[in-house]
Amino acid sequence: MTALEASVDGIGLVGPGIANWPDGARMLTGETPWVHSPTRLPPLQCLPSAERRRTGAVVRLALTAGLEATERAGVDAARLPAVFTSSGGDGENCHEICQVLASADRQLSPTRFHNSVHNAAAGYWGIATGATAASNALCAYDASFGAGLLEALTQVVVEGTAVLLIAYDASYPEPMRSARPIADAFGVALVLSPKAGAASLARVVTTLGRAPTDRMPDAALESLRTSIPAARSLPLLAQLARRTAGSVVLDYLDGERLTVQVRPCL
Amino acid sequence: MKALALTSYTATSCIGRGVEATLAALRERRTGLERCAFETVTLDAFVGEVAGVDEAPLPPGLREYECRNNRLAQLGLVQDGFAEAVRRSAGRHGRERVGVFLGTSTSGILETELAYRRRDPASGALPAEFRYRGAHNTFSLAAFAREALKLAGPAVVISSACSSSAKVFASARRAIEAGLIDAALVGGVDSLCLTTLYGFHSLQLMSRGPCRPFDLARDGISIGEAAAFALLEPAGASLDGDAVLLLGVGESSDAYHMSAPHPEGRGARAAMLAALETAALDPSDIEYINLHGTGTPSNDEAESRAVSGVLGTQVPASSTKGATGHTLGAAGALEAVICALALRHGLMPAGVNTNEVDPALAVHYLLENRAAPLSRVMSNSFGFGGSNCCLIFGRGG
Repeated sequence: MTALEASVDGIGLVGPGIANWPDGARMLTGETPWVHSPTRLPPLQCLPSAERRRTGAVVRLALTAGLEATERAGVDAARLPAVFTSSGGDGENCHEICQVLASADRQLSPTRFHNSVHNAAAGYWGIATGATAASNALCAYDASFGAGLLEALTQVVVEGTAVLLIAYDASYPEPMRSARPIADAFGVALVLSPKAGAASLARVVTTLGRAPTDRMPDAALESLRTSIPAARSLPLLAQLARRTAGSVVLDYLDGERLTVQVRPCL
Repeated sequence: MKALALTSYTATSCIGRGVEATLAALRERRTGLERCAFETVTLDAFVGEVAGVDEAPLPPGLREYECRNNRLAQLGLVQDGFAEAVRRSAGRHGRERVGVFLGTSTSGILETELAYRRRDPASGALPAEFRYRGAHNTFSLAAFAREALKLAGPAVVISSACSSSAKVFASARRAIEAGLIDAALVGGVDSLCLTTLYGFHSLQLMSRGPCRPFDLARDGISIGEAAAFALLEPAGASLDGDAVLLLGVGESSDAYHMSAPHPEGRGARAAMLAALETAALDPSDIEYINLHGTGTPSNDEAESRAVSGVLGTQVPASSTKGATGHTLGAAGALEAVICALALRHGLMPAGVNTNEVDPALAVHYLLENRAAPLSRVMSNSFGFGGSNCCLIFGRGG
């Protein structure tokens, strides 16, 4: 069984009732209760104003998580390859396009169209940070976090480079919301690197497997985990927040799961 | 990097189903582009539509994946014995040791576009038969292929616009090299839909005629559709001269603009240099370049600067998009298969539709087919959001 090993050097997190990683870590360790409230995204200062006007909430979500992770890791975002993964990308934008295409005139806005690509967040990330390394834009439906983790880890292991992973998902408006209910916006970012360094929080060793998925002991957090694809990361985040050694099993594809052993760096 | 063998490959586009038909069309310098009569689209444009996609329903048991994109995928998978080759590979390595890495930009969004026309007038709801996971979601293509071929390994869709199905080679190669899998189904499928047709029209990037990459009078792209696949496996010790190998991959980001390339082709250049580095080749080793060559004034200009900067101005090059149209998320895989055919048959395909090469573009652009033994060729793919990927293929033996 192949094991992919890396260090976690920085974490970014934003979601319902969670403003950032320290905030989320306190809730995941039970230090403070998690209370549901709609995801609040801070304004983005890192994009030129012309670009900022063109971006939707989903891009803000991904960039917010990514910036927090790179800042906490103390790395220059411009130098990192990045892996973006999302089940649905910008659902709001997709809805607007489908609405226009179902209308009589079908005149799309050029900005709507270029924002419709699944790698829109990756494109804006490059513009915002100046990162010219490889970026990727993945989708694996509910397995999107797991697919992104595998892609980022294979980059770390094979290319010997640090990598930024950003998993993000946001709700569709109706009528798509009924067909694909995603509860709210949730973004998580991890800076993963080959060797343990001064900033490293933990070493993580990931293998494919079929052990039963870990659920969140708290019913409300378990409901968060299952209601947003990117939140399938929560058992791993909780283990990282506890700063203890342990192993978690994350949902991946049907019948396949990811086992992640976590060993804190002291 | 360790070279990987393309142990099977296939392509279906408007110039033909399967590699024989594709090769014949390239030899005949035939374009598959025709005046757009797709669905209810009223744009003054040419498209590369694959005939018969709607008449090829998915097999029973896979109906939840019904959409034009997956029908095209199915049509592509059964050409050239490809699906059988994947099954044999799964038999050799184990179902869970064969990964699926596919590219698409729009997946089955056509179904959603059509469903939006049939919303309930009172509630606005989509029709009850609308299937999000199987048709709309970007992953639907890989989920369909994985299930159709009974694979059980890692699976992902890469959706980085027009570089999608070039980048699948890079990700699959890493997964194999990391030991996560032993073989990978890679490829790309994109199908005609209103989002891309009206979208490129809104950006004024669509030609009214068949696209003419690198022509002095080029005025935009023609959108096509395609399904192209390859089976990647570690190159064995006893490769003959007919074997086609993936030798190098390079990826980069422009970090410049969402829908326009960096004017100097900065990201394109970085991707080509990275591909040469991973292949441990010198620029002079490349004998033919399959250009991204979309046919928009700025894309071709930026690419020619990048190509001449890295490889000089003398390497024979062409874009095959004049024949196939720009198949967007399938372009990388389609052109990878064309590179494999070029290597296998010693054919450098001319760029069709192009009459007079723009003298401002410092690239040796082929207007006539050229026959010559080839051992190292390069394929460029660049997408919206500044996502670039360059692949280098070679012959075994």
